[in-house]
Amino acid sequence: MADEPLVLGIETSCDETGVGIVRGTTLLADAIASSVDEHARFGGVVPEVASRAHLEAMVPTIERALKEAGVSAKDLDGIAVTAGPGLAGALLVGVSAAKAYAYALGKPLYGVNHLASHICVDQLEHGALPEPTMALLVSGGHSSLLLSSDITSDVRPMGATIDDAAGEAFDKIARVLNLGFPGGPVIDRYAKEGDPAAIAFPRGLTGPRDAAYDFSFSGLKTAVARWIEAKRAAGEDVPVRDVAASFQEAVVDVLTRKAVRACRDEGVDHLMIGGGVAANSRLRVLAQERCEAAGIRLRVPRPKLCTDNGAMVAALGAEMVARGRAASDWDLSADSSLPVTDTHVPGRSHDHDHGHDHDHVHEVSKGNLYS
Amino acid sequence: MLLLALDTATPAVTVALHDGTSVIAASSQVDARRHGELLLPAVDRVLAEAGLRLDAVTGIVVGVGPGPYTGLRVGLMTADTFGLALGIPVHGLCTLDGLAYAADRSIADGPFVVATDARRKEVYWARYADSRTRVTEPAVDRPGDLDIGGLPAVGAGALLYPDTFPDAREPEHVSAAALASLAAERLAAGEELEAPRPLYLRRPDAQVPKNYKVVTPK
Ligand SMILES: [Zn+2]
Repeated sequence: MADEPLVLGIETSCDETGVGIVRGTTLLADAIASSVDEHARFGGVVPEVASRAHLEAMVPTIERALKEAGVSAKDLDGIAVTAGPGLAGALLVGVSAAKAYAYALGKPLYGVNHLASHICVDQLEHGALPEPTMALLVSGGHSSLLLSSDITSDVRPMGATIDDAAGEAFDKIARVLNLGFPGGPVIDRYAKEGDPAAIAFPRGLTGPRDAAYDFSFSGLKTAVARWIEAKRAAGEDVPVRDVAASFQEAVVDVLTRKAVRACRDEGVDHLMIGGGVAANSRLRVLAQERCEAAGIRLRVPRPKLCTDNGAMVAALGAEMVARGRAASDWDLSADSSLPVTDTHVPGRSHDHDHGHDHDHVHEVSKGNLYS
Repeated sequence: MLLLALDTATPAVTVALHDGTSVIAASSQVDARRHGELLLPAVDRVLAEAGLRLDAVTGIVVGVGPGPYTGLRVGLMTADTFGLALGIPVHGLCTLDGLAYAADRSIADGPFVVATDARRKEVYWARYADSRTRVTEPAVDRPGDLDIGGLPAVGAGALLYPDTFPDAREPEHVSAAALASLAAERLAAGEELEAPRPLYLRRPDAQVPKNYKVVTPK
């Protein structure tokens, strides 16, 4: 449908330089340059290494996305960019690029929320998001349970981790087991050959008086590390596959239990799961089982759309255009702690002006933008 | 020729337009923490002042530092992306060269030194034979480790450390007007400018995590 908004999205909140292009809810391009290999030897993402890589990768990645989509930059209806949350210096590279690109092309700029983008990306896979949608976002940076009735304006936090993100726990346990970085895929692989019931690791924050929708993975991480150390101290072999399976089971058990409970409590019949940990095969299987049992429809995008990418930012940007949300100002800043409730960063003069036509939204000085 | 010059390698966010003969509009604001917010509105303002649109620009000139990285990248990323969107060349110039070019006439025939603030009690610096001729590669050092033999020096780094730079002078920060003029002069002379790649001069701070920390209490 040619009248649906054509939007390019830029994502640089962590170590992936992502540029995606969508038309409405149709994915046209999803170009990614990752600096993950440069971080591997550090055992985690090094912010300055990520920022340097974003600067080098940005222009080639934009060019690749345009080529992949087979569209011309002048036909875009808007440029969207992750304004936060994320690594401050990394975000700033993407925001600088998006501003310059939008300004030079004479297109509106939409600074959008990274977490809302993770939810919105599912539109590219399964069509328009049901309203409301419950979303479980799990990655190395986030573990959140969010409820959204309109992805462009209303995202409500139900719960979040009180210590480590789920993906961080995977990375740490992988390091204890000397399996390298990132930990998620390798733990998943070992776990497939292990027994998830071999070791009873604790389920954090699942007591009757604990916060119903919050998560905690720090205690689990410590328990697993101690168990491994005890084995090593006793001179015994560590059963890597069973440890991986049992640890993974503890994480996905809590995640899916709480997500399904939140859906039930709120009367929501859809659950979407996003973020890098959504690629975990056991999480997908267990979520499917429990959702089916509870009469909830599960939506999980393909793994490449679950991890950080530009398409998700473009997806939310397209929705902003489609719903007539206000564009951002040229002084848009990167906000490393942008609240999840701020789905986007509208320009100051348009704060309560949702019906505004995006054709003339941010003219700092009229003559300079459009021919 | 219409050059748009910008530099975010020092606390100044500075933008200028040069028509091949002279600077026709310029803006400089000093705010080390808001490069990202200030740069695009400054570009917009400078173009408005000249009554021109960005697509009239025929080349971008950007200060490549050395400078504190986060701010430095704002200018470079903006320049790169303008170049991509408009299909015009992007030229790099050493930020210290811009400061040297703007040095006062009384010292411009050299020799002199340019030094900017590298934070962490260090300076980015280079030696100049005259205001157009740099004779050393830009370096980052502790002022106490330098002996510049009492030469005159310009830049915030010189003004900050009088023991090392006894004859320190303005300008404190680079101006895009100076960068644009220098670039226009070099381009007119048929010289090639540098690639628009950052001069970081330091490796990224990256603590390699020590071997896995044992959490079991002793
Ligand atoms: Zn993410």
